[in-house]
Amino acid sequence: MSSTPDLVANPEAARRVLTTRPTAQDIGFVAAARSAAVSTLVLMGLIGLFLLIGAWPALKSQGFHFLTRTEWLPETGTFGIASLLWGTILVGLLALVVAVPLGFGAALFISEYAPRSLKSSLVTLVDLMAAVPSIVYAMWALFFLQGHMLQVSQWLSVHFGSVLPFLRVDTPDSPSSYTSSAFIAGAAVGVVVLPTITSIMREVFAQAPIGEREGAIALGATRWGMIRTVVIPFGRAGIVGGIMLGLGRALGETIVVYAIISPSFDLTTRPLQSGTNTIASHIASRYSESGGVALSGLLGAGLVLFLFTLVVNTLAGVVVSRSRSGAATEI
Amino acid sequence: MTLTDDSHDQTLTLPAVLDSRGAPASLVADGVSAWFGDHHVLRDVTLPMPAGRVTALIGPSGCGKSTFLRILNRMHELVPGASLAGEVRLDGNDIYDPARRPIESRRRIGMVFQKANPFPTMSIHDNVLAGLALTGKRVRGRAADELVERSLRSAGLWDEVRTRLDAPGASLSGGQQQRLCIARALAVRPDVLLMDEPCLALDPTSTRRVEETIRAIADEVTVVIVTHNMQQAHRVSDRCAFFLAAEGQPGYIVEQGDTDDIFERPQDSRTSDYVNGRFG
Repeated sequence: MSSTPDLVANPEAARRVLTTRPTAQDIGFVAAARSAAVSTLVLMGLIGLFLLIGAWPALKSQGFHFLTRTEWLPETGTFGIASLLWGTILVGLLALVVAVPLGFGAALFISEYAPRSLKSSLVTLVDLMAAVPSIVYAMWALFFLQGHMLQVSQWLSVHFGSVLPFLRVDTPDSPSSYTSSAFIAGAAVGVVVLPTITSIMREVFAQAPIGEREGAIALGATRWGMIRTVVIPFGRAGIVGGIMLGLGRALGETIVVYAIISPSFDLTTRPLQSGTNTIASHIASRYSESGGVALSGLLGAGLVLFLFTLVVNTLAGVVVSRSRSGAATEI
Repeated sequence: MTLTDDSHDQTLTLPAVLDSRGAPASLVADGVSAWFGDHHVLRDVTLPMPAGRVTALIGPSGCGKSTFLRILNRMHELVPGASLAGEVRLDGNDIYDPARRPIESRRRIGMVFQKANPFPTMSIHDNVLAGLALTGKRVRGRAADELVERSLRSAGLWDEVRTRLDAPGASLSGGQQQRLCIARALAVRPDVLLMDEPCLALDPTSTRRVEETIRAIADEVTVVIVTHNMQQAHRVSDRCAFFLAAEGQPGYIVEQGDTDDIFERPQDSRTSDYVNGRFG
């Protein structure tokens, strides 16, 4: 009983600072790890800063019009990225139209339906698809995919163009109206981002808790019923995050778009019609022949793309990490 | 799941499937053996589980009780490489008959797991109705509300959640989640309810509530429960089967019979040692 009075009698006890003296190795390791982490942030910041400095003359000369002007005529001193930005978004969204249903289905098949013997080879195959260089996809899209997509484009335009104005083209009878379009570029980019979307969705589906899966099955659910009740609600944030990461990748895709499209500076609302442009493709096609304020304008376009993809990818990261599947919190 | 309240007379009469008071059915395991790949885990288990009674499966860890329980509603075959021999008859019909789909058997033979597994983002209300939604039966409006209330009352959870049926399943405590899972299993009116150590993760108060629930539902559903807790087996069960497995050997039933006989007049010395806490 001797300790009880002490506890009551000493309300003013000095709080101890709980600390451990680090060893030299601790200090060294922490410093190394911290500087590695900081240097990636610094590098990102420096890239942004470099783009901003390079773009400054163009931004100063064009002001806010840099974002709203559609034409690109540096020689006459008027240029803007409105059509490029629009084309970038259009191609990105069309890529998602192709890649999201395919990726979702592939991810569900690999995680839920594929026999065990097939599963690991499919996972490897998807990872391999992600490792194929863009230029290979670009050649495939240019020499194979485009020829076949023309018929699809024409079919869509002829059959649905009368109802849906955005499917119309100028001369629907001529196949050449459909070449080099945002639709074909989008489809090709969709193939490029497909493995990204598939592997992210597959990973979150595979994490759906076995307890909840068995709970659904024990209630007499079919496999699809179980997937609908457990796997998809669990993976919802992963689905959204995967789509956004795919979009981030599609926005920056350069060589595939460059190979397919014929550049145009219209704010096109008809993706089947030949001609479009994206920021990345525009920079790739123009930088070697640009100087002075035109080059500065390209750096400005790069800055906008940089910030845009940064925002999209950050949002994707936030969505994934806030989710049950991402945070790995079990109830 | 959405509950649309359209003013048809459907809202007044319960669908036939819900109205039929679950008639407890007898379950008979006949010569059941089980394997995981080449690993033989259960040998020639024959056990009748009479209708409307509580049968407890007791025995040390690793003797195949849970495997046996999962065989009773075809959950065993979900494990890759799992196989079995023998028959399981629900009211005389083999549930492993190739003509019967596994989901039909699972709809009549419900299961409650060691770890409570409500659908965490679904509301309490929808959790109770999840089994019906999953089997393609739509219940609407007042019929749905009545079924939810009846199931939650049976599971002894109604008074604790009646004011927050829209709260997500994950917002409940562990013991409440387990009783929600019992309510969810009861809502589909199963003939048999299997329980795999339902109180393993629960505190004594919640355990008592679940045990009361088991006794209360026993007259409407046949219960088979795996438990490591001897007092619990004694308190809740009418019949008892003692499983045992030697090191590396498949499990089997040493002794089965009325719970009072197993606990007070065991025929086998190993049963006597186990129920009196001398091993296991």
